[in-house]
Amino acid sequence: MEQLVQKLKDEIITALNLSEMKPEEIDENAPLFVDGLGLDSIDALELTVLLEKKYGLKIKTAEEGKIVLHSVRSMAEFIRNNNKG
Amino acid sequence: MRQACTISKVCIIRGNKIILGDKVILEYDGPDFAGFATHCYRHFQINYTKFHKMDNLGKLGFLAAELLIGDSGLTTRYKGEETGVILMNSSSSLDTDRNHQRSISMRGNYFPSPAVFVYTLPNVVIGEICIRHRITGEGNFLVSENFNPLLLYNYVSTLFDRGCIESCITGWVEINGNNFESVLFLIEKSGSTETGIANFEPSALQKIYNSK
Repeated sequence: MEQLVQKLKDEIITALNLSEMKPEEIDENAPLFVDGLGLDSIDALELTVLLEKKYGLKIKTAEEGKIVLHSVRSMAEFIRNNNKG
Repeated sequence: MRQACTISKVCIIRGNKIILGDKVILEYDGPDFAGFATHCYRHFQINYTKFHKMDNLGKLGFLAAELLIGDSGLTTRYKGEETGVILMNSSSSLDTDRNHQRSISMRGNYFPSPAVFVYTLPNVVIGEICIRHRITGEGNFLVSENFNPLLLYNYVSTLFDRGCIESCITGWVEINGNNFESVLFLIEKSGSTETGIANFEPSALQKIYNSK
């Protein structure tokens, strides 16, 4: 799980062009939006694309999106719980 | 009768060099725009994380406006709605359009990036400048094969004449691959500032554009 969290942090930095940020600066439990990384709606779409592109996972509803994209850890849990491999 | 206006400040980014007024303030020895943009961001100690998410046209216009506005006092002397931003180039958002096209060209790997797609319009660079400096006046992006000082002059002068604006950031912001060039002018009503480079006229815009 911790390995997946670290991998996700690297992928988020690349996907969202957070080039000035280091993985260790991202708190995996902090909210990704508003507080925390202060991401916006376009970033939410970008993270949704990341989950589909890298892990073959689709977020089915807006409500599910709010839960899955809450933090890096919630994204990692979503991947682990739906791992097709 | 046209409102008399002054070109109060100029910022030129061309050939990996930045010229503010008549001084070269930065020279960069590197092959691509991405490196140039990052170097500028660090050199001028800009603290604005959204910069890294912008497309190349956004970064170029943002950097030029950042240096042009700099210590000009523009944002304290004028209310947000009193400043306009009228820009021009020849390639529109083609640089980013190509990036978007690449992301949707393969059926089996069809993952368009929302963060790229939102920049497939040239006027988004105006939005970036306005958000940063809280400018809410008239904005427009014109596309012309070459730098067209008469078109810029007529458009901007009309805004001044109708009382829509008291100041304006105008000029050329062009990028296509690693070929990039920006010449931005700050225009104000004559007498608004103690210093001025030249009267705001098409010939003056062309002369400054041709220089250096």
